[in-house]
Amino acid sequence: MSQKAVELILMRQLASYLAMPILLFDPAGNLLYYNEPAEAILGRRFDETGQIPLEEFYSLVKLTAEDGSPLPLEGRPLVIALQKHEAAHRTFRIQAFDGIVRRIAATAFPLEGQGARHLGAVVIFWEESRP
Amino acid sequence: MRVTLWGTRGSVAAPGPETVRYGGNTSCVEVRGADGTFLVLDAGTGIRRLGGRVGPEMRVDLLLSHLHMDHIQGLGFFRPLDEPGQEVHIWGPPSTTLDLRARLSRYLSPPLFPVRVRDLPCRLTLHDVPLERFVIGGLTVTAALVCHPGPTVGYRITDGSTSVAYLPDHEPALGARHFPGQPDWTSGFDLAAGADLLIHDAQYSDAEYPQRVGWGHSSITHTLRFAEATGVKRLATFHHDPGNDDRALDRLVDEARGAFDLPFQLIPGTEGLSFDLESR
Ligand SMILES: [Zn+2]
Ligand SMILES: [Zn+2]
Repeated sequence: MSQKAVELILMRQLASYLAMPILLFDPAGNLLYYNEPAEAILGRRFDETGQIPLEEFYSLVKLTAEDGSPLPLEGRPLVIALQKHEAAHRTFRIQAFDGIVRRIAATAFPLEGQGARHLGAVVIFWEESRP
Repeated sequence: MRVTLWGTRGSVAAPGPETVRYGGNTSCVEVRGADGTFLVLDAGTGIRRLGGRVGPEMRVDLLLSHLHMDHIQGLGFFRPLDEPGQEVHIWGPPSTTLDLRARLSRYLSPPLFPVRVRDLPCRLTLHDVPLERFVIGGLTVTAALVCHPGPTVGYRITDGSTSVAYLPDHEPALGARHFPGQPDWTSGFDLAAGADLLIHDAQYSDAEYPQRVGWGHSSITHTLRFAEATGVKRLATFHHDPGNDDRALDRLVDEARGAFDLPFQLIPGTEGLSFDLESR
């Protein structure tokens, strides 16, 4: 595997120090890294999963709208960040590796490098305690 | 390929009787291909003496790693720039908002310097360095952004059989929980991997580094670990701290040599040192 761009390396290093759950994706949507707070939401340690290809991520992690209907691809913050190169924010339900359904908000933003290089996207989860 | 160190000092020039062996001039390295291709890496104060060795008919390609003062301060005193008609190409990283010309013009203009870039008599071409592989004469250059404050690239230069990697200002251990980590998550890894010669930042002792985290430089141990992980054949230490005299730098290298079983040749980077990288 070839070396990651230094912007991704620095983003991972920053994420590893932050207390917010953060996921780092490459331009194709493959999950490159998630930090310890994100491990709590995905239900598995990054050391166990390693990098996760796009299709595998979507087959393992189910996202549904708040009414329980499937969340369309084009409505997912990550997809908006990667395809439209815009920031996006949305609340939905996530069921990941441990099978537990959690209600979370996600903010995604693209990582745009100098020289018009699309480097990927960052997703931050905001856990909401249900009223 | 022949590689010569014309300036090995980091941060600011440090001439004096106590630094004569390692040298007081800041970053400048000459790379000559077997076919005569002539590259200069960085324009620290060491570039002034090198300028005296350049014939007026030669094409000069100057590759800047970044625009910190210790890497461009000699630029205005590099004779080929004053030579009418001499073909000079300067390559270096743009910022996210300014191209290389605009960035360099901040230094090469009054009040910092009396002559403006546009008034230099040589045939000058400025290139925003491509972050990929490109060819200059008989040499192939790869530039990639590396971990250092502000847009900074490292270079790998090969003639097809031998290679030199130049990472003068580099802090690959920044924020890494374990260093070195996996190769694909290590800044500069691909540039250095398997190089015949790695010229790498070794500015700090292990005791100094904790007070300088984030300044963009490496401790000697980080440098050795990086060289080991990337599987280079020779490591030349570089970007010596101006506060370290010859004896302190000898000590730094000797201690490192004693502490590790090194799978490569560790060479103290002293001004004037040349390496002949033999084609295999
Ligand atoms: Zn420097
Ligand atoms: Zn620097």
